[in-house]
Amino acid sequence: MITAAAVAIADRRTGRFGSSIYSGRPYATILRNFAALRTSNAFVFFTGFVEPVIFLLAFGYGVGSLVGTIDVAGQQVPYAAYLAPALLASSAMNGAIIDSTFNVFFKMHFMKLYHAMMSTSLGALDVALGEIGWAMLRGGTYAVGFMVVAAVFGLLTSWWSLLMIPAAVLVAFAFASVGMTLTSYMKSFQQLNWVQFWILPMFLFSGTFFPITAYPEWLQAIITVTPLWQAIAMMRGLALGMFDLGLLVHVLYFAVFVVVGLTLTTRRLNALFLR
Amino acid sequence: MWLGERVIHARALTKTYGDFTAVAGIDFDVQPGESFGILGPNGAGKSTTMRMLGATLQRSSGDLRILDHDPVSDGPLIRAHLGVVPQEDNLDTELTVAENIYTYGRYFGLKRGYLRGRVDDLLAFAQLEDKRDAKVDDLSGGMKRRLTIARGLVNEPTILLLDEPTTGLDPQARHVLWDRLFRLKETGVTLVITTHHMDEAEQLCDRLVVMDRARIVAEGSPADLIRRYSTREVVEVRFGSDRNAEVATQLEGIGERREVLADRILVYTDTGEADLEHIVGRGFMPVTSLVRRSSLEDVFLHLTGRSLADE
Amino acid sequence: MTIATRIDAPVGIHGPRRGAWHVAEYRLRNMWKWRSAIISFGIGHPVLYLASIGLGVGLLVDTSSGGVDGVPYLVFLGPALLATAALQGGGDETMFPTLAGFLWNKLFYSMRATSLTGAQIADGVLLAAGFRVLFTTLTYWLVLAIFGAVSWSTAPSLVALGLLAGLAWGAVMLAATSFVKHEDGFLSLVGRLIVMPMFLFSGTFYPLDALPLAIRWVGWISPLWHATELGRWLSYGLALPWWQLAISVIYLLALAVGGLLIGRRQFERRLTS
Ligand SMILES: Nc1ncnc2c1ncn2[C@@H]1O[C@H](COP(=O)(O)OP(=O)(O)OP(=O)(O)O)[C@@H](O)[C@H]1O
Ligand SMILES: [Mg+2]
Repeated sequence: MITAAAVAIADRRTGRFGSSIYSGRPYATILRNFAALRTSNAFVFFTGFVEPVIFLLAFGYGVGSLVGTIDVAGQQVPYAAYLAPALLASSAMNGAIIDSTFNVFFKMHFMKLYHAMMSTSLGALDVALGEIGWAMLRGGTYAVGFMVVAAVFGLLTSWWSLLMIPAAVLVAFAFASVGMTLTSYMKSFQQLNWVQFWILPMFLFSGTFFPITAYPEWLQAIITVTPLWQAIAMMRGLALGMFDLGLLVHVLYFAVFVVVGLTLTTRRLNALFLR
Repeated sequence: MWLGERVIHARALTKTYGDFTAVAGIDFDVQPGESFGILGPNGAGKSTTMRMLGATLQRSSGDLRILDHDPVSDGPLIRAHLGVVPQEDNLDTELTVAENIYTYGRYFGLKRGYLRGRVDDLLAFAQLEDKRDAKVDDLSGGMKRRLTIARGLVNEPTILLLDEPTTGLDPQARHVLWDRLFRLKETGVTLVITTHHMDEAEQLCDRLVVMDRARIVAEGSPADLIRRYSTREVVEVRFGSDRNAEVATQLEGIGERREVLADRILVYTDTGEADLEHIVGRGFMPVTSLVRRSSLEDVFLHLTGRSLADE
Repeated sequence: MTIATRIDAPVGIHGPRRGAWHVAEYRLRNMWKWRSAIISFGIGHPVLYLASIGLGVGLLVDTSSGGVDGVPYLVFLGPALLATAALQGGGDETMFPTLAGFLWNKLFYSMRATSLTGAQIADGVLLAAGFRVLFTTLTYWLVLAIFGAVSWSTAPSLVALGLLAGLAWGAVMLAATSFVKHEDGFLSLVGRLIVMPMFLFSGTFYPLDALPLAIRWVGWISPLWHATELGRWLSYGLALPWWQLAISVIYLLALAVGGLLIGRRQFERRLTS
């Protein structure tokens, strides 16, 4: 019998490191999600970008009319311009977390999608990387959309602010890889709700809407190590063109985050996809 | 290159969930091109075994080799050889019928151009050409089943694992499927099938094992098993559900052995007509009676103490 | 005539007596399973919003424009957050059970088979949602009072307002959800295109006049805006013309009654067709 194409393809990787969990095809998951987007989820996908835009309009202009400008390291910044990078950061976080927790959990337990995927020559790591890649793509798409709106409203003052797009992708990468690890421990939707429970305080207290100098010093110290504050500080630095060592620290922070998240996720692959 | 005699080789294969043992050290081999069946009542451990063969469930202990590879270290490679039809359809409900097959092929890394033709062939195979762009949720149960089977063939598998493939199919669709499976077998594909339908097992399987409570209790060809665990003929007599048990006690000495079920008594014998006359001769007039040849059903009943018709 | 009604009247049409209460009881038991989430969100949500937006943005607003409507930002914000929580509670407790009852576990069909009528099931779901709203509103009010965002004497009036607002939105969502045939993103759609804009464009965080006229209409049709305005009037005596008060009350009542009536009819239709 002639060897089937599928076997020939799988054979190319045998013996290579990690061939028991990886076939080199994370793109297969992404293609599947594209197909599902076309067939079923287009509307949900594209409305996903509405949320930060609405927040920007309501808070930037509504609350902005009450607040005026804000002092950031000596610069007087209009409230909407202060808010925009923070909203971009938190929507990147939110999207990635939802993709890697709720959506993965749903596909796992209700659609049984991964059972089917794991019956093919895909490895668990292909699926994990594919879903993380998808979260990044989505985060990136929303970031581009948001930037267009921000540009129309005149909130982008320099070309450097375009760097916020790759920054948003990095943030999504970090949160998605950690989100996957969390999902591997989840047994019910109730537990997933606790993820949301921790997202809200981060969103509200990470200097999104007002400078954290409003808080006592000890609280500020705690906030500065949380991931959303790091993301917001990074975005704001890029948006307002404040390049300094701090920016590098933020990028490093997320690089570490990604490495840790991916390592843990890889450890938990069987718990994630082979149930 | 694999050169052995067996495509599947299992020794002391075991799966435990905490304290519970779902598969308790089973041994079997499957030859290339063979059609191998696993029979057993609900909860016997058939699906658990199938998932271990499919390299999607890790064994707890024992030895398992598929095409001379270990599923633990070579899962993806093994699965490239396999076509899997799980007991419960796990179609992708966010995709259309054609997309289900196409995307599944992409999971194997198959090329777009190749898959286009393949999708058409498989849709024809599953008689779903006119449902090509329908969403999976809009298919009937039988159509979903056929799509799951077609999807499992997309990579031209060497071994096809079918976990109760015909549940939910109407009789005609079942026969069509049997015919397709025969043809696959003729091309050299090895089939591993679990089923509750004895006629299916007799039709399709060259050899089978009967599983009960996590263990293999018998092994052989269908004819072999019938010869070993049953008589040539069976007399079925019904006296009404309240009288069966009582009458049975008074049939001592007729046939080799008797089984009392809720709705009938089965008398195992090599001389059916004569024994039926004996029963009537003792003054018991059955409401209905039937003399038939032994089947796998009887083997199953004898080995597991359970009738498949009860399930 | 009398005989005819006797024959026609029993179970089939009106259902068992107190049928709605049976449904509500089942729903409340179900909520009980989620009690830890309901309670921690019930307390966590107001605490988080007040401590962050209320105090943090409040500081910015009070220093730059000396409060809103002549009161500190926290006081301005309080009734709006209370109304939001009430609406949210009412919406969640009608939307999810209705989707589950018709689509996920199809429980409504088996309820209908036990001679409960569609209208009773609809009533029961809304009734249970009412209890949830009452709980949420009470907790919220308590947190507001502790933060000094409302005065202690406003308890009865604000809680009653919360209940009305929650039932109004609950009834609207009950009716809307009863028409949904496939979930297919309905929940995210409602969340993103209706609840979120309503939350942000209803004068919750700033007076509606701060918005350009072109989007102010979102506030006018939003039950949240009406509830918020009423709440501000009750809490710190926001000056409103009598006709606006009347319109707001009538609007909320109309949504509650209209939503329930449509929901009842659609429940019955869907369960018998
Ligand atoms: N993930 C699991 N955790 C715990 N127990 C399990 C798990 N999966 C299966 N079992 C148990 O293992 C036993 C064997 O299950 P299995 O699905 O293999 O049976 P089966 O022979 O396929 O039965 P059926 O004919 O009903 O499909 C059952 O008692 C089942 O409850
Ligand atoms: Mg099974």
